Amino acid sequence: MNAKPELLTTARSMEELVRLIDVGADAFVLGESKFGLRVAGEFELDVMAEAVRIAHPRGVRIYAAINNLVDNETVGELPDYIKGLAAAGVDAVVFGDPAVLMAVREAAPGMKLHWNTEMTSTNYATANFWGRKGATRVVLARELNMEQVIGTKANTSLEVEVQVHGMTNIYHSKRSLVNSYLDYREQSGIAGNLSSELETDKDRGLYLIETERQNERYPIYEDANGTHIMSSDDICMLENLHELMEVGIDSLKIEGFMKSIEYNETVVRAYRKVIDNYIADPAAYRFDEQLLEQIQAIQDPERELSFGFFYKEQVY
Amino acid sequence: MTTQTKPRYQGKRYRLAKPELLAPAGNLEKLKFAVHYGADAVYIGGQKYGLRSNADNFSFEEMREGVQFAAKYGAKVFVATNIYAHNEDIEGLEDYLRGLEDAGIAAIIAADPIIIETAMRVAPKLEVHLSTQQSTLNWQAVKFWKEEGLPRVVLARETSIEEIAEIKKHVDIEIEQFIHGAMCSSFSGRCVLSNHFTDRDSNRGGCCQSCRWKYDLFVDEQPVSQADEDRFTMGSKDLCMIEHLPDLIDIGVDSFKIEGRMKSIHYVATVVNVYRQAIDAYFADPENYTVKPEWLDEINKAANRPLNTGFFYNTPGANEHIYEPEDKAAPYDFAGIVLDYDAATGIATIQQRNHFKPGQEVEFFGPGGTFFKQTVDEITDEEGQALDAARHPLQHIRLRTEHPVQPMDMMRKRIGRS
Repeated sequence: MNAKPELLTTARSMEELVRLIDVGADAFVLGESKFGLRVAGEFELDVMAEAVRIAHPRGVRIYAAINNLVDNETVGELPDYIKGLAAAGVDAVVFGDPAVLMAVREAAPGMKLHWNTEMTSTNYATANFWGRKGATRVVLARELNMEQVIGTKANTSLEVEVQVHGMTNIYHSKRSLVNSYLDYREQSGIAGNLSSELETDKDRGLYLIETERQNERYPIYEDANGTHIMSSDDICMLENLHELMEVGIDSLKIEGFMKSIEYNETVVRAYRKVIDNYIADPAAYRFDEQLLEQIQAIQDPERELSFGFFYKEQVY
Repeated sequence: MTTQTKPRYQGKRYRLAKPELLAPAGNLEKLKFAVHYGADAVYIGGQKYGLRSNADNFSFEEMREGVQFAAKYGAKVFVATNIYAHNEDIEGLEDYLRGLEDAGIAAIIAADPIIIETAMRVAPKLEVHLSTQQSTLNWQAVKFWKEEGLPRVVLARETSIEEIAEIKKHVDIEIEQFIHGAMCSSFSGRCVLSNHFTDRDSNRGGCCQSCRWKYDLFVDEQPVSQADEDRFTMGSKDLCMIEHLPDLIDIGVDSFKIEGRMKSIHYVATVVNVYRQAIDAYFADPENYTVKPEWLDEINKAANRPLNTGFFYNTPGANEHIYEPEDKAAPYDFAGIVLDYDAATGIATIQQRNHFKPGQEVEFFGPGGTFFKQTVDEITDEEGQALDAARHPLQHIRLRTEHPVQPMDMMRKRIGRS
């Protein structure tokens, strides 16, 4: 009998948090972009505390993202921030940089730690290494296939978190690449009507198209952490979610980043149903096509719903 | 211009407080030239676990030969084992690392903690250096790796001079820094463009350099650039710190690293030669050190792209990326290697590496800055048969040189007017 996996998602605001709890989310990753990478909304410490106050009575967990690439300046701010998170009652800290692990050991020794280096959390042995250092969960790279996901779960005692829906980051630079390009155009006298004051944040809707791939739009934006390029497709594992539940994956994540609350509500609701249906009776479980159709109905037609890398073989 | 100096002695090199000059070596021949031209250490790739799956990687046997060759110069050989491993890569890791230790490799450069930890456990004579693929930017993380037992960290290429100095202040550990060559424009390891575009795994050596492709940037659903305008790209200019070495020496950078395991023997010899001279000149007389114009000339003869100083002084912007069509590569080609020189006759035996012929202008250069130009006079094969051109790869050619040359000196030709 499998334990029920956690349904994890993100929220842009307190309002979204409440609405997504209402449709069945078990846990949230929240944070502020000073410490967290690609957070859906800005949850500063006082808001974080408020989120915990709302979530905990309903059995919902709050994880704080401190997964940016930490610079010297931020090192000095980590202890107070982590103490603040501990006082707010967050359930875990998501980290990538060893500096965060060291700061948590000092500032909040009992705090759970989720190891997440995005595209470089790629094997069970390294997950276990971070487990020996104090991590309680590994957040797997999105570029792993099903066999690798299953193999990792089979070879670690850490909780395993897998992204099952939404976009993924595919490139992160410290450079401000959009602004560099706009400045170059201005210098070259080809700026046209386009102001170099153009907003380049995640809500601006900028995207890239590569010459040979005209049908694929790659969102691009800039923030304090640099330039981020996102996938052109959205992972959707809904119809094969049971494959992950069969092997006992502990946390299934819906990335709500850069999506509307209406979209995320529909998606969370659908995954909630699939999880509940499966767990109620795994042997008799059958996928309800209508749930997928509900997501397809609101899916941006420019963004393919895909299986990500789950069923792909990559070469190198 | 002729600057004849004594070639370097074979034998022990004294480190004093000099930073190590660390050079790439894509194969055994490049290793030999990198060391001969003044590298204190070279880094190579083995058959597995390295990020250049297309490179001409070393077998254990070739590693042994490379280690023996380097030892004659007091130089060390490091191996890049810098992939992020997947589950299926774990099996065989221990044997591979023991193999490196047996071959006499001095250090591995690793990013994945499981490779780091395994090396320390099964191959204790191997030093482990943290790869730039970990994108380490802060002293606390460096302290973590020191406590894990690592003697050296290669910081992220995004660290500035000030940030490196701050890290050095907090942690007593060797810092290795890239000073020359091509750069990822992303944080190293934080890019899977190749995976998405071509199903090639960038963090296991499959990078197809998608950051250097051209893209249309769309604003309000419209492409920003018109058909004939320079389009968006992430591609960065190449790093070059030849004019700023004292800044890096002052803050205590322990190892100066040149990028380029895929680069040519001519590139490696030229770039190493210049940095060797600059480091030695600085330490011989720091007070009166100046950057020699001929060093810049030489660097430019090997350069593949426009150059910049990366993140050392500020965050790269409009002038540090390559939007315009790339300039032609340097107008020089590697033409031959000196195999032998007969002082009595002034005739050198050259191994042909590219087409050349009588009447053509060539340059000879060797370690330590020996350099002269001349016009190719009559050329013959080894039997003394006159030739109208050296057209066969690796053919041995005899020609008269205007100054004495040494084995392993190199000959390059100016291209575009042959």
